[in-house]
Amino acid sequence: MTPLSLRAEGATLGYGGRAVCTGLDLAVRPGEFLAVVGASGCGKSTLLRAFAGLLPPTAGAVMADGAPVAGPSPDRALVFQDDALLPWRSARRNVELPLAIRNVPRDRRRADADAWLARVGLADAGRRLPRQLSGGMRQRVQLARALAARPRALLMDEPFGALDAQTRAAMQRLLLDVLADAPATVVFVTHDVDEALLLGERIVVLGPAGVEQEIPNPRSATSDPARRAQVLAALGAPATGEEAA
Amino acid sequence: MTLALDDEKRVAVAPGPAADRGRARLRWPVRAGSVVAAVALWQVLTAANARLWVRFDRFPGPADVAREFGRQLRTGQYYLDVAQSVVRIASGFALAAVLGVAVGVAVARSRWANDLLGPLLEIVRPVPAIALVPVAILLFPRNEQGIVFITFVAAFFPVVVSTRHAVRALPPVWEDAVRTLGGGRARVLASVVLPGVLPGVFGGLSVGMGVAWICVVSAEMISGDFGVGYRTWQAYTIVDYPGVLVGMITIGVLGRVTSGVVELVGRRATRWLPGEEGRR
Repeated sequence: MTPLSLRAEGATLGYGGRAVCTGLDLAVRPGEFLAVVGASGCGKSTLLRAFAGLLPPTAGAVMADGAPVAGPSPDRALVFQDDALLPWRSARRNVELPLAIRNVPRDRRRADADAWLARVGLADAGRRLPRQLSGGMRQRVQLARALAARPRALLMDEPFGALDAQTRAAMQRLLLDVLADAPATVVFVTHDVDEALLLGERIVVLGPAGVEQEIPNPRSATSDPARRAQVLAALGAPATGEEAA
Repeated sequence: MTLALDDEKRVAVAPGPAADRGRARLRWPVRAGSVVAAVALWQVLTAANARLWVRFDRFPGPADVAREFGRQLRTGQYYLDVAQSVVRIASGFALAAVLGVAVGVAVARSRWANDLLGPLLEIVRPVPAIALVPVAILLFPRNEQGIVFITFVAAFFPVVVSTRHAVRALPPVWEDAVRTLGGGRARVLASVVLPGVLPGVFGGLSVGMGVAWICVVSAEMISGDFGVGYRTWQAYTIVDYPGVLVGMITIGVLGRVTSGVVELVGRRATRWLPGEEGRR
């Protein structure tokens, strides 16, 4: 499965006549890990919904691999902040869902789901219901479910936003790790500048008028304080806070 | 490679069953006691021929009713009547459950269905099902079908209304998730909407079962020639008051058992709800 390229061209996005974001131009290279930051309500989630095909642009175009996005597709998986697992399905049956949609035979479905759950460190939790799992475990199941669909692009909407610092750090490592052998284009929305610096190969600061700033961010073990200051300045925040939202 | 994250231990553990069992041991005697106390009060009032504005001097006591009950339990007629009423309830209620959920989902999910069926439903809904007896007599060739129809109408509306509401209250994130995994309309319906509305639907089914009994008994009293309602009314016309009370107790017990079944099935079908953690 080759990673997908994503592109917004002069896109105006919004709900019911109210534009959240106008004239947005953004290109995501195949296999790139793009981190998107920006103030609350600047259209970060809206952008992901447009890429996912859940929200058609009111003007301009949103494209995947050069073709206009007409609707949702298993090529483009969306990972939500929380509570997107179907609560009546066990962890394993949640992960099996995209496989069932693709008509994978039942026994292979089960083996595949178990493999993905093991991959995110939840080999023993397959039979538990979402309400019997902690927030971090639920997000790992969601990640497994998204990856089981073999997406060519992963659209992640503050997936670790509700987790405590320790769990979040473990999840970030896990995500990079999983991506190493299941390559996909990633658009990762976060309000946490440090998370963007840690994960993104490029950081985009989004505002109501589109991309306000682009910052290349070659990943390294230690985060560069100058670059951190640059992102914070672009967000218009005093350079002390953890969060810019 | 797998990562061992250490948040497993934060998962809530269900409270120990021992404490629950202790409380449950105390609850059953209280429940039984309340019924026994009511019967005892009834016995005292009738034995003393009490006339305290409401008059108990001609009212049959528990002993008379128990004797009559015992006599009826040895006749085939009693079981025939019970079976007749239960079959009517079961068929009317099953129809109402299936069609009620189908119509409720359609009206909530499709603008066309809402425009076509919505006004009609709102006009028919306020009409008490029992007022449809003349309509049923005109429409259906057989009495039996008319009674099932009335039972169906009675249970149908609570199911439609609660289903429609439950569909509209579904969090959109579940549908979005399934659609971005490649699921189409049918998949969303089968994997998100139908399981997701079950808690609300069972609320409607419970109400529906209650009104279904009210209506089946009333319909039997008006137009039946079998059934618990018919037999109760029959006893009244021949001034057999113990017989009337036997009929009423039978209706009460049957109603309790059937709504208990609905409740139990509902609990089992919605075990994933957060409140169901340590319950049984």
